[in-house]
Amino acid sequence: MRSGFPFYICFLPLSLFEHTSRCGARKIICFCYNKNMLEESLEESKENSLIEVSNLTKKFKDFTAVNNISFNVKQGEIFGFLGPNGAGKSTTIKMLITLLVPTSGKADVDGHDIVHDSSKVRKTIGYVSQMISVDGTLTAYENLMLMARLYDITPKAERVKRIHETLSFLNLEDHANSLVRTFSGGMIRKMEVGQAMLHRPKVLFLDEPTTGLDPVAQQSVWEHLFKLRDTMGTTIFFSTHNMEEADKVSDRVAIINEGKIAIIGTPEEIKAKTGKPNSNLEDAFIFFTGNKLQDKSNFREIRRNRRTEQRLG
Amino acid sequence: MFYYLSQTVKKSYILAEMEVRKLLHDPTELISRAIQPILWLGIFGEALSKVRAIPTPGLTYLQFIAPGILTQSVVFVAIFYGLYIIMDRDTGILQKMLVTPTPRVALVWGRMLSAGVRGLSQALIVFIFSLILGIHLNVTVISIVGVFLIVMLGASFFTGLSMIIASIVKTRERFMGIGQVITLPLFFASNAIYPISIMPAWLRVVATVNPLSYMVDGLRTLMLTGSFSGVGIDLVILAVVALVVSIISAWMYPKVVI
Repeated sequence: MRSGFPFYICFLPLSLFEHTSRCGARKIICFCYNKNMLEESLEESKENSLIEVSNLTKKFKDFTAVNNISFNVKQGEIFGFLGPNGAGKSTTIKMLITLLVPTSGKADVDGHDIVHDSSKVRKTIGYVSQMISVDGTLTAYENLMLMARLYDITPKAERVKRIHETLSFLNLEDHANSLVRTFSGGMIRKMEVGQAMLHRPKVLFLDEPTTGLDPVAQQSVWEHLFKLRDTMGTTIFFSTHNMEEADKVSDRVAIINEGKIAIIGTPEEIKAKTGKPNSNLEDAFIFFTGNKLQDKSNFREIRRNRRTEQRLG
Repeated sequence: MFYYLSQTVKKSYILAEMEVRKLLHDPTELISRAIQPILWLGIFGEALSKVRAIPTPGLTYLQFIAPGILTQSVVFVAIFYGLYIIMDRDTGILQKMLVTPTPRVALVWGRMLSAGVRGLSQALIVFIFSLILGIHLNVTVISIVGVFLIVMLGASFFTGLSMIIASIVKTRERFMGIGQVITLPLFFASNAIYPISIMPAWLRVVATVNPLSYMVDGLRTLMLTGSFSGVGIDLVILAVVALVVSIISAWMYPKVVI
């Protein structure tokens, strides 16, 4: 089963990581080159990890979208899932958020199995989709109210309180009663983050959160995500094909290519491992996958991305 | 079990309420939807009632088709509801809803209820326009309650059917094609604009298994005779088929996300 398993995958013993910060110094990592050490380090890292994925695989007919991946994400971490379109990022996220059932392997979110305990998983997570999932024909307030009620936030006073908190958190109080279709791209994304955070999830999954946004809006969205992590300790799991973004915002990054994880680590570690000075994540990607960045997306995905971009722009 | 059921009912209501709010923000849809039944009654109905080609014992032709036209307009609203699933899938709303802890059946019932509300607005239009054309309809509390129930159940059935079709075809283009192909046969192979008695034998069989016929039959009894005889069977049949399609569609449509 382990044949072909990329043994250069390294897992980080968390005991070395009492504290990591986005810009702070990173501690030394330990590389595991054989199966036993790999499993030991997996055991060790389970201590305070919120997402535990082991040997997760998803096949669609004879196409393997996600091929035997394993990784852990810690509480309060910003974890970037980096890879080109069609690498298996969305498929992995869809399995973790209970929309897809894996072909084999196992994953836990906050200790709940994604297949057998899917309803508990759904209560623990928030999800911002790659596309625009906020309803343009409702007002900002109504969009939030819908989610608050679907997540059973009671009583009504608490719902109203949280909606107002969320609106002020996102600097959108002045637009509470405007229809969302009048919003700008950055405001729309912030609304979606707001919808996904109302029930105070332990982990927020974001699929390509900044695709189609201009740099100013991108920054504003990330500022709010950092604030969310810092004030509520929310773990943030996001996917992106933007190497620069992943480098800038992630505590740790997993580079995924053709359904397999090529390497996991802090951006600094990954860049340092290429052995070249001043390399960026794009160089690292080529180094670890032996590939140029290849666009594997199909017609439908491209049409969807362009639509999203057009609507956000 | 009871918890699950009460959750389902509660969440269905929330989802339907949001749909109604959307309608209130932009009611142009209600106005444009009113045009078709007005044309059918005002032009088709008036013209055919002059010819007297269709035997409608004891009733004028306009009286005969008013319930049929109401049924048709409710069904045409509901049968395109699957399109919303496809649109929600393309915009990501569907994925987001499926990630919330909402029971799957509630997502279907929410849609069914909102189709029912749109259907009721059609009923209002047909009643008002019938009054203008001088078509005598029986308006009592019982008939209004009965019409309400039949419209809600009928709209639910065709919404569920439509969601099942959408789950299978998955794209807008294919759905529009199929929607066009099935709506007219459903309408013509029913007792909406002519009685079953004048149909050839094979069509009678089709009309008898067509749930649209039961909607028309129930509405016709309520709106014209004011009696309740036979309406119970129509209601039971509609309720059963609506329940069946809602279960099938709750099972099928979470697979659309792939």
